[in-house]
Amino acid sequence: MANNKAKVAFFDFASCEGCQIELTNYGDKDFLELLQHIEIVEFREAMSEKTSDPIDIACIEGSYTRQADCQRLLDIRCRAKVVISYGQCAGTAGINALKNHQADYQSFVYDRDAGMPHLDSDNAKPISSIIKVDYQVPGCPVNRYEFLDIISHLLHGKEPVIPNYPVCVECKRNETICRFLAGDHCMGMVTRAGCGAPCPADGIPCEGCRGFVDNPNQYALSKVLHEKGGLSLHRAESKSLLFNANERDNANKESEID
Amino acid sequence: MNNTKIDVNIDIKHLTRVEGHGNIIVNVSNGKIEKCQWQVPESPRFFEAMVRGRHYSEVARITSRICGICSIGHTLASVKATEAALGIIVSEQTSKLRQLLKHAENFDSNVLHVYILAAPDLLGAKSVFPLIQTHTDIIRRALNLKRLAHEWGSAIAGRTTHPTTVVPGGFSKLPDIQALKELKQKLTAAIPDLAATVETILSITDQIPDFNRPTEYISLSNDNNYAIYDGHIQSILSDGYKQRYPVADYLSITNEYVSQWSTAKYCKNKLDSYMVGALARLNNNYAQLKPQAKLAAEKFNLSSLCTNPYMNTIAQVVELVNDVYTSLELLDDIISHGIHHEILVEPEKYGQGIASVEVPRGILFHDYQYTEDGLCSGGNFVIPTNQNHANIQYDFEKLLPELLEQNKTEAEIELALEMLVRAYDPCISCSAHYLKVKFV
Repeated sequence: MANNKAKVAFFDFASCEGCQIELTNYGDKDFLELLQHIEIVEFREAMSEKTSDPIDIACIEGSYTRQADCQRLLDIRCRAKVVISYGQCAGTAGINALKNHQADYQSFVYDRDAGMPHLDSDNAKPISSIIKVDYQVPGCPVNRYEFLDIISHLLHGKEPVIPNYPVCVECKRNETICRFLAGDHCMGMVTRAGCGAPCPADGIPCEGCRGFVDNPNQYALSKVLHEKGGLSLHRAESKSLLFNANERDNANKESEID
Repeated sequence: MNNTKIDVNIDIKHLTRVEGHGNIIVNVSNGKIEKCQWQVPESPRFFEAMVRGRHYSEVARITSRICGICSIGHTLASVKATEAALGIIVSEQTSKLRQLLKHAENFDSNVLHVYILAAPDLLGAKSVFPLIQTHTDIIRRALNLKRLAHEWGSAIAGRTTHPTTVVPGGFSKLPDIQALKELKQKLTAAIPDLAATVETILSITDQIPDFNRPTEYISLSNDNNYAIYDGHIQSILSDGYKQRYPVADYLSITNEYVSQWSTAKYCKNKLDSYMVGALARLNNNYAQLKPQAKLAAEKFNLSSLCTNPYMNTIAQVVELVNDVYTSLELLDDIISHGIHHEILVEPEKYGQGIASVEVPRGILFHDYQYTEDGLCSGGNFVIPTNQNHANIQYDFEKLLPELLEQNKTEAEIELALEMLVRAYDPCISCSAHYLKVKFV
């Protein structure tokens, strides 16, 4: 049956697939309403159907970690008008990049079998290291309402707006007590908002799962975690890497150029 | 017609409607089986290495990211193992709330699997999407039950995908009593939908293949309830013989090894393979199901001991009923005691800790070592799906000759093998395997 709905597909690489699971948490009303506007044409985790038609919007979850996945990414790019990196693993490699700073991760986990070809794994990278990415849905997991907002903008021919202010703004808006005032530490001051700041409201630090705002003050980050958050210098540095090992690297490279 | 001379070539790369990536490869030439394999090409993610050097407050937030479907279970196994390593004993209130949370996850995942991943095969569809037109009420019910599970888990853990409030020593934020009363109302209101779920699945059970292969079934078990949050390791064989082991002995039960036929690690205990998951739980702990869940099981003629792995999906339906009725009792108990503000229990020591919970797909183990500064020096996880891989392979090897004997077509064989893998509800992203524990 022909229709004018945007054709949307979901694909997955190295990830927990939790961002895809978020799509099942809308309830019937919101989800069926969404399907009034888009047609999901391929989604391996939830459907066996596949399409040979061009895809309007491809949402890709997961990091690029091995050459074997390169062609699959290139094929998706060829098939899709718009590519969205869906979740932080695809956007910056998120938590997967934690291993990038460890030279021995393969032998630690697989010992003498580490050289077996199917266990091949390079540094975890964003999918944008292989293909052009048009838009990002940040977060670990994504905020499923932010995803709706982005899709809605695209369907209306508008540019989606992703906040470029830190999570602190949302905590102030929510009247959440600052983690530093509660004797804790927090990454909210460099982390891109848009999640609604649930973690500080639930009594835990922002871990930076949505990646950094543009031009974060990375020098001050470890310093504040150490001086105001009471973390040792070692922990302050390792904390800053938690979801942002790749972003931290990039920022260090930029500061070297300066 | 006799097709014993049949050629079959099945090469399914990235099987659909399962979590993670798995392949099915079958080659039958002139009736002779040349290849019959369940393969796992999932990209490894190295969580065991990633937790090294991490403070105990951060470890569960990393390991919850092993799996998006079982992230509550990974969080709970992680904080329990960390607490064991740190000598932390949590309050009764914490323990009850975590049990309530564990049931939320089990319900959440079982709804997802039964309705979204498995039911389309039984209804002759390729996914739920065409069913929106043909079976609107069923899909609406599925989405609403899934949403209920999400609200249920979020009421306690902040959110269901990568929980926020569950931390070593207790909860960083406790639910208020009003939220728990509302949750009780929602669960009570869902009872008609539960009954409808049983009836819907009952109406399509004739599509479930009749295939039996006795194996060993392993799950948690305890003397107080249908174990999903704590207990001993328990094994039951098809003759009903049960044996219990301490959780700390998990390495000598799981015995992971590398197979020459498959890239996935295999596990074995008493036999060549064993099964974990809802059917293993039901086989071990049937007597402890709530009466309403037993009634549901009886409708499906399901009792202990069942040796048909396809019935794992039905065991999940029975658990849906059990999760709700168990949680209503837990909620009454918690509400009657009131919610008391409690500060987090502080560490008493730093050492090794091992813990286990039942995640929807089966028994899960987390194991950590901590140094004096509260930093993790090594971690090890044994994941349910890895424990099932060998059992799936041996099921394939018994099932394929039977299907050939029954003169099934290639398409029918393909569907039967796909359905078998789906029945195990594999969660392959979880496959953060280990070979050897090696703490540094």
